[in-house]
Amino acid sequence: MDTYLLTIAVIVGIYVLLSLSLDLQYGFTGLINFGLAGFFAVGAYTSALLTMRAGLSPLLSFPAAAILAALLAWPIGRVALRLRDDYLAIVTLGFSEIVRLVLVQEQWLTEGVRGIAGVPRLGAGWGNPRFSEFFLLGMLVLCIVLVILFLRRLTASPYGRTIQAIRDDETAVRVLGKEPAVFKTQILMLGGAIAGLAGAFYAHYMTYIVPDLFVPLVTFYIWMAIIMGGVARLSGAIVGAVILVFFTEGVRFLRGVIPGVSDAHMGSLQLGIVGLVLILFMRWRPQGVFGSRGAT
Amino acid sequence: MSGATQMSTRDISLSYGDFKVLQGVSFDVSLNGLHGMIGPNGAGKSTLFSVLSGLMKPDGGEIHFGDNSFGHTSPARRAQLGLGRTFQIPREFKHLTVRQNLMVGPRKQPGESLVELFLMPAKVRRFEEEVMARADQLIDFLKLRAVADKPAGGLSGGQKKLLELGRALMSEPSFILLDEPYAGVNPVLIEEISERIREINKERGIGFLIIEHNLMALNRLVTDLYVLDTGKLIAHGEPGAVLEHPQVRAAYMGAAA
Repeated sequence: MDTYLLTIAVIVGIYVLLSLSLDLQYGFTGLINFGLAGFFAVGAYTSALLTMRAGLSPLLSFPAAAILAALLAWPIGRVALRLRDDYLAIVTLGFSEIVRLVLVQEQWLTEGVRGIAGVPRLGAGWGNPRFSEFFLLGMLVLCIVLVILFLRRLTASPYGRTIQAIRDDETAVRVLGKEPAVFKTQILMLGGAIAGLAGAFYAHYMTYIVPDLFVPLVTFYIWMAIIMGGVARLSGAIVGAVILVFFTEGVRFLRGVIPGVSDAHMGSLQLGIVGLVLILFMRWRPQGVFGSRGAT
Repeated sequence: MSGATQMSTRDISLSYGDFKVLQGVSFDVSLNGLHGMIGPNGAGKSTLFSVLSGLMKPDGGEIHFGDNSFGHTSPARRAQLGLGRTFQIPREFKHLTVRQNLMVGPRKQPGESLVELFLMPAKVRRFEEEVMARADQLIDFLKLRAVADKPAGGLSGGQKKLLELGRALMSEPSFILLDEPYAGVNPVLIEEISERIREINKERGIGFLIIEHNLMALNRLVTDLYVLDTGKLIAHGEPGAVLEHPQVRAAYMGAAA
């Protein structure tokens, strides 16, 4: 059972990183990124391949995962941010599907749909696999703390003030002599890096990754997390991720409780319940658990 | 700025389909003067401001601002060159507080660069303290002290106009386009704002071009007045004389008296 709890803790941690990434982009800057799963995938495959094929230490492959994911955000920013806001949603969604299809097609590198098995665990050489799992959780928590400290500093700074101003009214920012596209590109890249880092943790925890783990549904789960937690609040991103995993994982325990639910039904039930929770949030608490915004 | 201290336009025109919003607008205003612009609703005044600030592309014509020619110059670049503006319908940053709204104003803040933010915290802090002090002065002047730490989205219409004026001033432009600064502002404060605009103009040499329907207040403030009607400048001159102009009286249906 405590193996299960450990798994849950790691999944929550990875979702927290993804939620922080999306909250920076959407909550603070107003960027609609529907392609988070793509950055997540790039991070996962980058670290897996670098450690397995190039024999790199995770100490180098994790930063590389973050950097590559950030670099891929740059052209998206250049292309999409000159267009209207909603185009970014479409372009990023397209990006994440392209990433997934490339992972399926480029078998020489990614093994296609069969996926990559045997991704090394962190600290694998130290014997006890159990220890390795705790080590990964520890590193994950450390990373989350560092990301939160970074984001707190960032969002409370003049930079954070300007990105929030961009979210509220981009035109007014432009006539004050600031170029919103510059800030938005940087935020896409920073968010991409955080999602890439989450991907690296995911790959080394699961030890087996396939393209199907990175479908757009993952992106929309994270959207649900930040909406439930409350946007533009770092605490909201964390609580939202916890609530999300509580419902997605908690559904498993209904298997024995609700009659007539087979394993095949589980996936649908999971989706249905998360959807229902989201609707209840929209109806009764649209600002999320921690949101302070009124309906202005 | 060397010798060129004017903003000049030549033959600015803009159409939406068949509807000609601006038809050959040409004018020269001194960058250190106080100028007014009036005209009936729908005359094209706000559209002209958007063309000047780069938010709308004219179909034709030229704009010169000091030594610079604004062809495809972006709105941000125009602002960096010293052209500020406010909007007829306020564009406040609604989730930021009034103080934060003002503090977004200053250009080129060290704390807006990721590198300086994390590598030169002392420089960022110093600049930030200066910005905060300037914001606080404006908060007092604009009588926004009671709402200084409230989200700007909850302000009244008049307070939002004041906030926009303050935010434009924070960016330290050399010339400001004010779009109906007095709309929704109480009469006592209107006089105080006029007084402050005169002061800013005299002490810092910042010029203004002001669109306003409150002709009484505007006439007391500006030295010359432009009249825009159906996209054309129909009169320009000293305010008293302009308002006596038969075409202007016709355009305003006597409302100017």
